[in-house]
Amino acid sequence: MNLWLVMILAGVGTYLIRLSSILLVGHKEFPPTLKKALKYIPTAVLSAIILPELLMKDSQLYLSIWNPRLLAGVLAILTAWRTRNVVLTILAGMLALWAITWLMSVMH
Amino acid sequence: MRFSRFLQGVKAELPLLVGVAPFGMIYGVLAIQAGIIKIQAQAMSSIIFAGSSQIVFTQLVLESAPGLVIVVAVLVVNLRHALYSAWMAPYLQRLSRGWKLLLAYLLTDEAYVVSAIHYEKLGYAELHPTFEQEFQHYYLFGAGLALWTTWQVSTAFGLFLGTVIPSSWSLDFTLALTFIALVVPNLRDRAGVITAVSAGVVAVLATNLPYKVGLVIAVVIGVVAGMLMEKGSAEK
Repeated sequence: MNLWLVMILAGVGTYLIRLSSILLVGHKEFPPTLKKALKYIPTAVLSAIILPELLMKDSQLYLSIWNPRLLAGVLAILTAWRTRNVVLTILAGMLALWAITWLMSVMH
Repeated sequence: MRFSRFLQGVKAELPLLVGVAPFGMIYGVLAIQAGIIKIQAQAMSSIIFAGSSQIVFTQLVLESAPGLVIVVAVLVVNLRHALYSAWMAPYLQRLSRGWKLLLAYLLTDEAYVVSAIHYEKLGYAELHPTFEQEFQHYYLFGAGLALWTTWQVSTAFGLFLGTVIPSSWSLDFTLALTFIALVVPNLRDRAGVITAVSAGVVAVLATNLPYKVGLVIAVVIGVVAGMLMEKGSAEK
């Protein structure tokens, strides 16, 4: 599929989601089950992207203490947990990744 | 009156923009590294105008996922906006259709958050009868437009950075890091942790399934696991 078309379909869909209740009716409560499901979606999607980024390399599982992305990722998770700060988390993770890759290239 | 209400919304939005600007830049960098051409990457920030889903988009393009999977993934990530729409609907009920169409376009996480706080503080019963006369919709308009402008400019800046910075810097890793920064502080209870871990593990196990459907399966399993956990702990 053409990338423009993909983008436009995704954009129109997103817009319709935002427009839905505003244009249709005033008061309308979502069923509680749906509300709960919606609450968990962002966590699920983002985690489903994070973990493969940390644990896989070239579509293969790379479970090793020598996996720089895994180490840097764990450090970033700890930073995010302690500080709740987006910029600090990204900085800590990137610096760790660079330091670990550099150390490994020196040691080998 | 109109303008001061507009400015009020802009001002309330400012602190959030500090976090949005780097996010927009990261999106720009990732889009370049995924091989998306600049004009498309910039246009996406207006057409989709939803940060996390745009980053998911670049990731799936990088993995050459089929178009349909990309569309579904973006919509799943953005489904939560339906809640914002439902929350805002009663307030915006009597506005003209033009205003509704415009404000719905600007209804992002960050614009919703500050406006909802403002509207809730005044109270629905108090606010509703004079919503239009008091130009309360200009508050959401101001917050939304401030965010929109920041998003476009930071995207452009990221697109520039993406062409300057060599790929040996592994800046693609900022994708995982940004998402970590968004997810981890929100893992407040056991149900949230179960959602994150189960979705993540299933995604790893299902990586090599065709058409990247592993992502969708992982999300469904993660959401169901979280809901079951919540139900289980509520019954205890």
